[in-house]
Amino acid sequence: MFFDYHVIIENLPYLLQGLVVTFKLAGLALAGGIFFGMLVGLGRISQRNLIYYPVSAFVNFLRNIPLIIIIFWVYFILPIMVGRNIDPFLAAALAFIIFESTYFGEIFRAGYQSISKDMVGSAYATGLTYWQVARYVTIPIAFRRMLPSLITQSIITFQDTSLAFVIGLHEFVTRANVVNNLEYRSIEIYSFVAVVFLILCYIGSRISLHFETKYRKANVL
Amino acid sequence: MKKFSPGFAGAEPNSKEACMAFNYNFDWSILWSDPYGMWIIQGIGYTLLIGACAWVIAFLLGVLIGTMRVSNLRILRFLATLYTEVFRNIPFLVQLFFWYYAVPMLFGPLTPIINKISNLNLYVAIVGLGLYTASRVAEHVRAGYASISRDQYQAALSTGMSQVQMYRYIIIPYCLRLIIPPITTEFLTIFKNTSIAMVISVSETTFMTYQIDAETFHGFEATTAAMVIYFFIGMSVVKLMDLVEAKFRIPGLSGRGG
Repeated sequence: MFFDYHVIIENLPYLLQGLVVTFKLAGLALAGGIFFGMLVGLGRISQRNLIYYPVSAFVNFLRNIPLIIIIFWVYFILPIMVGRNIDPFLAAALAFIIFESTYFGEIFRAGYQSISKDMVGSAYATGLTYWQVARYVTIPIAFRRMLPSLITQSIITFQDTSLAFVIGLHEFVTRANVVNNLEYRSIEIYSFVAVVFLILCYIGSRISLHFETKYRKANVL
Repeated sequence: MKKFSPGFAGAEPNSKEACMAFNYNFDWSILWSDPYGMWIIQGIGYTLLIGACAWVIAFLLGVLIGTMRVSNLRILRFLATLYTEVFRNIPFLVQLFFWYYAVPMLFGPLTPIINKISNLNLYVAIVGLGLYTASRVAEHVRAGYASISRDQYQAALSTGMSQVQMYRYIIIPYCLRLIIPPITTEFLTIFKNTSIAMVISVSETTFMTYQIDAETFHGFEATTAAMVIYFFIGMSVVKLMDLVEAKFRIPGLSGRGG
């Protein structure tokens, strides 16, 4: 039993196309997750009970449920709602956006809450307007504080896209599985998939660590 | 019961289900009708079994690796860092495939024998999930050590304790109390991650809901039920950990005011 890398090279175009799907899905999940996450985060610090309680219930409920279940649920309910079959990619993207928005929401909530009232007060005292305070004080600082967690959560999202496998979306892992069923070279194929994820996610975690150290030194965190 | 193969759940194009989709009949009685009710209960049993067994591995190994990360020996630190980086940066799904499909092949002529072990997928799921979660527990343990002040270590050593005694009697008991909140999250996550074991056909809750869909086309009802089940498991875990925290609390030591 030796490591036969030919099986990887022969199937590389097919596998890389899967990686493109993975990146597309992760990109959509991140864009949607961050956008709705901002809103969810706002809802979580809202003074109005009518907003705070439903949003909190939504977040706390979803955070207790496995992502696979949410993917299946969306995959099952969409055809019922629209009356026809839908693309697994669409179902996966929607499930990821819903799921990740709760996680990003908690990051944004922590970011919003990390801005002290004193700092905002001082900013106003120097004569800045509301938008200037946001533009020059609160947003830059909150962004720097949240950046490491945002990158970490983005890596987790990227890893989570592999779960779209369960509804048969032809992304990276599903394609690796297809190749494995044809070639029966599990060691080579799954090592390759693992190494690709390892390299990409390791780079991501280094970037996150870089910003964390940088901002910690600058006393922003 | 069929093996899990992705993409055949739910609506297939031009299938019977596709036509049904326009006027879907909700039938919640599927959840307690024979044999599906028993399937769900069996699924819950496996979810709890995998989560609990994997947790034992994850916790013990996590404390060990987290301790290795702050060791004086460079080689131990390196090995522990390597372990956490590798296990954290590869999706659990991929790890599970690797353990289940690739690792038995490493044994060459023994492969057919290994693949014949009954319930192999269950053991792989437990060990795989345990190893994966250990890397996450290790990170929390390391953070716990970092938050204990140097004085604490020095005080322990100055009473004449050895390095091992210091960790055994002072640092580890203290550290574990400090990290109860993040550990609770991991304990919660381990039960959520048991759902991924479905991809190697372990009959846990998610796999069972998938099976119910394959047999009855009522995947929506089954998945909704699974949502509620996982939610209650999560709630119970949080309550359980609250009890653990209260039981082991040392007055005046924790941030909650004892």
